[in-house]
Amino acid sequence: MNPFSSGTRLRDMIRAIRACKTAAEERAVVRKECAAIRSAISENDQDYRHRNIAKLMFIHMLGYPTHFGQMECLKLIAASGFPEKRIGYLGLMLLLDERQEVLMLVTNSLKQDLNHSNQYIVGLALCALGNICSAEMARDLAPEVERLLLTRDPNIKKKAALCSIRIIRKVPDLAENFLSPAASLLKEKHHGVLIAGVQLCTDLCKVSVDASNYLRKNCTEGLVRILRDISNSPYAPEYDIAGITDPFLHIRLLRLMRMLGQGDSDTSEYINDILAQVASKTESNKNAGNAILYECVETIMGIEATSGLRVLAINILGRFLSNRDNNIRYVALNMLMKAVAVDSQAVQRHRTTILECVKDSDASIRKRALELVFLLVNDTNAKPLTKELIDYLEVSDQDFKGDLTAKICLIVEKFSQEKKWYIDQMFKVLSLGGNFVKDDAWHALIVAISNAPDLQGYSVRSLYKAFQTSSEQVSLVRVTVWCIGEYGEMLVNNVGVLEVEEPMTVTESDAVDVLEACLTRYSSDIATRSMSLIALLKLSSRFPPTSERIKEIITVHKGSVALELQQRAIEFNSIIQRHQNIKSSLVERMPVLDESAYIGKRTSSSQANIVADKSSQPSSTATTLKFPNGVAKPPAAPLVDLLDLSADDTSVPSSTSNDFLHDLLGIGLTNSPSSGIAPSGGTDILMDLLSIGTPVQNDTASKVVSSNQGFAPTTKPVPTTIQVMDLLDGLPSNGSLPGSQTPVYPSITAFESSTLKIMFSFTKQPEKPHVNKIHATFVNLSSDAYTDFVFQAAVPKFVQLHLDPASSNQLPASGNGTITQTLTVTNSQHGQKALAMRVRMVYKVNNQEKSEQGQIDNFPPGL
Amino acid sequence: MIHFVLLISRQGKVRLTKWYSPYSQKERTKVIRELSGLILARGPKLCNFVEWRGYKVVYRRYASLYFCMCIDADDNELEILEIIHHFVEILDRYFGSVCELDLIFNFHKAYYILDEILIAGELQESSKKTVARLIAAQDSLVEAAKEQASSVSNMIAQVTK
Repeated sequence: MNPFSSGTRLRDMIRAIRACKTAAEERAVVRKECAAIRSAISENDQDYRHRNIAKLMFIHMLGYPTHFGQMECLKLIAASGFPEKRIGYLGLMLLLDERQEVLMLVTNSLKQDLNHSNQYIVGLALCALGNICSAEMARDLAPEVERLLLTRDPNIKKKAALCSIRIIRKVPDLAENFLSPAASLLKEKHHGVLIAGVQLCTDLCKVSVDASNYLRKNCTEGLVRILRDISNSPYAPEYDIAGITDPFLHIRLLRLMRMLGQGDSDTSEYINDILAQVASKTESNKNAGNAILYECVETIMGIEATSGLRVLAINILGRFLSNRDNNIRYVALNMLMKAVAVDSQAVQRHRTTILECVKDSDASIRKRALELVFLLVNDTNAKPLTKELIDYLEVSDQDFKGDLTAKICLIVEKFSQEKKWYIDQMFKVLSLGGNFVKDDAWHALIVAISNAPDLQGYSVRSLYKAFQTSSEQVSLVRVTVWCIGEYGEMLVNNVGVLEVEEPMTVTESDAVDVLEACLTRYSSDIATRSMSLIALLKLSSRFPPTSERIKEIITVHKGSVALELQQRAIEFNSIIQRHQNIKSSLVERMPVLDESAYIGKRTSSSQANIVADKSSQPSSTATTLKFPNGVAKPPAAPLVDLLDLSADDTSVPSSTSNDFLHDLLGIGLTNSPSSGIAPSGGTDILMDLLSIGTPVQNDTASKVVSSNQGFAPTTKPVPTTIQVMDLLDGLPSNGSLPGSQTPVYPSITAFESSTLKIMFSFTKQPEKPHVNKIHATFVNLSSDAYTDFVFQAAVPKFVQLHLDPASSNQLPASGNGTITQTLTVTNSQHGQKALAMRVRMVYKVNNQEKSEQGQIDNFPPGL
Repeated sequence: MIHFVLLISRQGKVRLTKWYSPYSQKERTKVIRELSGLILARGPKLCNFVEWRGYKVVYRRYASLYFCMCIDADDNELEILEIIHHFVEILDRYFGSVCELDLIFNFHKAYYILDEILIAGELQESSKKTVARLIAAQDSLVEAAKEQASSVSNMIAQVTK
């Protein structure tokens, strides 16, 4: 006895493992066995190799790692005896998969075994090849397999045929080589070979059009003959299943006929008769018969069949649908989906049965039935069907609700003829399954509401009512919050009441209550809360008496942990407090997004980036969360997308919104070419500049403003000044010196590096304290002359910069000359905020581009 | 095509797996875990087909074992039920009234039988008699080789004694 064998036979090991009571015990046993096997492997033990591999396979099935045994499999395969090869190939197929490189080493053994004299060894090799070969192995060994297709032994033949299937799946180019052998296989009598041969032909048709043409021309007749023979054959004990001779062969033949008859009316006509015969003759009380009928109906639906044949098929389906066996019903629903394309009238007849299936207790049947119902919806039956589906939504399982809501939303969108019905159905769906409704569904709803002014009052009131009962549905809450914000006054003043509505009085504070509830409730997520904040801001303008209360509510969130909420709270608070004059224009009614354009864009822009996608929604405020904070993304990208999506606006939104922004915030800004403020530039300088100390935020103040024009929020960073001011409330601001009359400001060295120095000197006119003239002087400190010298500057939003042309763009070396340039800087926050500036110099030295940049914050106070 | 064959016990223990599509070891464990959960949770009256990841999994329960086969969405599910039954009947004929214990202790033989029924995820032989004959022939080869080996070592043992 080899001292390194574990001694235990396979049976004993299995018994030992099964006797373990705990997982730890089992692990211990397995570890011991693996150790023994490993030492046996390293000792190159021959006698018990096959036992060790068998043990390893069992251990592998338990889930433990067994890669150390892979090479042993190879050694076993290379051994000469049949038992070793048998277990070696089994180990190979179990422990390896085609992606492992070790597999390549087997190619040689496989080749030898494919040429072996022992037929069973050839069979083993073919089986292994057919199950796990990779593409390279397939290419190498394809010629051998081709040759084996022509042997006389049916066992080898059928294995070779199936192996060829794998080869052409892995390497479709080789399909032509197998074409004529495959066709000749169809002339065999042996059922195993026929099955394999028919399958090979089917796969050839899938892979190559030439193959299917070839087979169509040469083999159709043979196929029909075979099918007729087995269909008519008397009882054959070897192949009989449930009274039918070889149902498997029936099914394969039907499938191949489907592939050949698809799109070809001659072939379809030729196989018409045999299909009719099989369809009518096959008994359907056993599964085997039903399987054949299923395949038959699939084939009839798939080829160019006569109408008589189609009627036959639909009848079979009808029978299946009312069968009590769940499997049969499932299969029938599946088939009916294909039948809808062919003859939808016939399928409509079964509509009630199908609706019943939507409510079945079996999840698979429900799913199929729902898909089928969706295909059956047309303009006439959309309303009753939707009603049924929504009724069912109330009682359905949680995991089914997702599918159901998605489908209902789709149906309602596609088939709604009147707005009111659409809005009603959507409200119901939101109340019942709002948590599952996808974002674009309720976005579309909002677009629809905003486009239907006569229904807005009705909508907001219905939503208010629905909110009282179903406030846990997230999407419902969001839509409600938005509508209350936008149409709050319609809610309170009962504008546009329709006859079907019951009278309802909602006071302003009720409306604010709703919003406050959304804001403060623990279960609301950030998006909902953000939307609530914006809605509160809108209401504070629409309902002036509630403004104080709203301010208090918002103030609470100034210290919120969530960055988005904190930012919004601070900014809105400041708008309410300090900017009453512009508040009402800020929160005017949203411009209506053109509905048809929206729908068109929505369907076409499937892969639009998130920014662009969300930009198109009027409820963009809710989605601003998606914008990355502090990322120096050039704002050009979303602006370009914005251009894409907004149907009408072709002007550069950046400049216009820029103007609006500054107009509204009381700043006039011109885009001077050499200033780095140009939003389309979006250089790093700009970003860094505006992030003076704090990370760049996407300021919702700008969003509020820009949303006023219906543009998407730009990711252009907006001054964090308002925010900073609030945070620094109480801290003395820079430069708020009591104004001196004729201020004299010292010159400063704005920038100094080893190669360049810039001096700033200031003049100011006493009657225009916020306007400064800066005279900049550039000195070259290096020993090389600079050419093409360009000076760029960027300033915060509250500052306006104007650059006069420079005196020259050549800067001689070592300070032998200077360039001067005059800058006019207007500080709109004069007395409150100090000037700051980011500068960048680009020049050529020795024909090489160089750039330097820096920040200037040592401006004298009071500028 | 059949992508994989899975035999799991009622307790979720794997008795046999055969993979005809490339799945890495990690993916295999994940798939087994997912499907075990999905299939073992289904009640007895429900249909034998489960939709999973875009594929269909056909399963049937025989005593304490679930036989599962994963197929493409456009394959014939009823036929797969027949193939499963075909496999089970052959096992039954081979082991003589097969039970789960037979499959545990003779898993390698179960694999040999499966390899005579399916290759590359397609059916190989529809005749139970032929499959039985082939397996018997190969078994006798193994027996013969074993006898030969033991007789030779007997001889050597006697010689070296």
